[in-house]
Amino acid sequence: MQREVMFAGFGGQGILLIGNILAHTAMEEGYEVAWVPSYGPEMRGGTAYCLVVISDRPIGSPIIRNPMHLVAMNHPSLEKFAPMVKPNGVVVINSSLIHIGSDRDDVDELLVPANDIANDLGSIKVANIVALGAFVARSKIADFELVRQCVKKKFSSKKKLIPINMAALEEGKKVAQLK
Amino acid sequence: MGKILMKGNEAIGEAAIRAGCLNYFAYPITPQSEVAEYLSRRMPEVGGVFLQAESEIAVANMLFGAAGCGARVFTTSSSPGISLMSEAISYISSAQCPVVFVNIVRGGPGLGGILPSQADYFQATKGGGHGDYRLLVMAPASVQEAVEMVMMAFPLAEKYRNPVMILGDGLIGQMMEPVEFPEHLRSEPSNKDDWATNGMDTRKSNKPNLVKSLFLNAELLEEHNILLKAKYDRMKQEEVRYESYNTDTDYQALIVSFGTMSRVCRTVIDNLKAQGFETAMIRPQTLFPFPQEPIKQAALKESCKVVFSIELNMGQMVEDVERSVQGKRPVHWYGKAGGDVPTPEEVIDVIKSFF
Repeated sequence: MQREVMFAGFGGQGILLIGNILAHTAMEEGYEVAWVPSYGPEMRGGTAYCLVVISDRPIGSPIIRNPMHLVAMNHPSLEKFAPMVKPNGVVVINSSLIHIGSDRDDVDELLVPANDIANDLGSIKVANIVALGAFVARSKIADFELVRQCVKKKFSSKKKLIPINMAALEEGKKVAQLK
Repeated sequence: MGKILMKGNEAIGEAAIRAGCLNYFAYPITPQSEVAEYLSRRMPEVGGVFLQAESEIAVANMLFGAAGCGARVFTTSSSPGISLMSEAISYISSAQCPVVFVNIVRGGPGLGGILPSQADYFQATKGGGHGDYRLLVMAPASVQEAVEMVMMAFPLAEKYRNPVMILGDGLIGQMMEPVEFPEHLRSEPSNKDDWATNGMDTRKSNKPNLVKSLFLNAELLEEHNILLKAKYDRMKQEEVRYESYNTDTDYQALIVSFGTMSRVCRTVIDNLKAQGFETAMIRPQTLFPFPQEPIKQAALKESCKVVFSIELNMGQMVEDVERSVQGKRPVHWYGKAGGDVPTPEEVIDVIKSFF
């Protein structure tokens, strides 16, 4: 069983970090993982993305045109990647910045006002963690508690940031459970 | 030590340190600059040398000098940078200095692009620099294998007193995968007293060592060429490495593919199996010496009707595959260039079009 998640947004939104946290969590769960970043030429304000592949077998091709799930943090990345998501996948949309839908009726679309929630928590910087919390809770792709542990590990050198990131995960989870 | 999640480029840097290499000279170039970034932090921690030179040409000549003195040295670069180093690689090969080069290949020719490519197959295996020389070339297909090959590269370079090249691509460098590091190796070449210009103070023999590549006398130069050839022949005997995949079936087609492309081909073979087609793969782990005999044997299996060389370039390794198969089966090339890695579906369509 192989699952793929595309995380996309613009540079500075912490896209590569939340992909890294999910890959790390899946590795701790004993899965094979690959984290593939976009490193091609991109214009400023364009899309930055990474793909996380999680599998119970050695991963063949780590380059996937049609990922199972998508976490879109800005408008251009939703437009670019929503048509590629496999049917029945989860599509998380950062509705603070994206005012359109995925235009798909065969996916599980989840609107998360990640920037607004992050602002209410006290820092826009945790919008990515809000989205990660929402995505993990909705897709059940990894054990939520283990994700918590991995976030703590990532911020182990900046311990004062751990509480706000824990709160961000929880708020994301709440949004995922609303529907 | 358990598994850690690491970028290929960073893992290559760490592997070199664990292989006892404490000298890294380099010049940044995408898609491998993270090796330099990582080692600029790590080398001082372990008492090693990180040096950013003024150009790749300077890097390669610094490597020559340091290796000639018996130091364990390596560099990393990408295609255009390796071209600039190629003159010195020829000198280093002739002077028989052990140096490890890592080429995280990008698309070419010229400045090309920065995305994954295998367009430097010819450059790595057939020369690049001038003269009758060979590099021992290894091609990893995962971050873990990149680590293992880097650690193997240093003892091999010293065993043969010959440069070793690791041929990766942008994906191997940029991707993160779980890795486990093996134990440290020894930190000094054991045989350097026999040949290195490391001073007479500590050396037991009284024979002065000379590191050079100039042989103006025809007989002496030929003698030198014969000596080098004997080394390359010995590599062909002792260092061929490859992996077989699904070769215990009655496969109808044999795929030869290496590095990132071979991972796509593994998915291709699995998917074709699910559709009732058996195919198999020989994945060269060493590109020189090339697994000529294993490919020939695999191609000659009765069920096998056709051989494919599948590469991220416009058809380079296919010449070595043809040489291996010796006309006994049709050999076809398929590949893509520019950085676009073919999907399993695209490769499946090509293979199926032959049945």
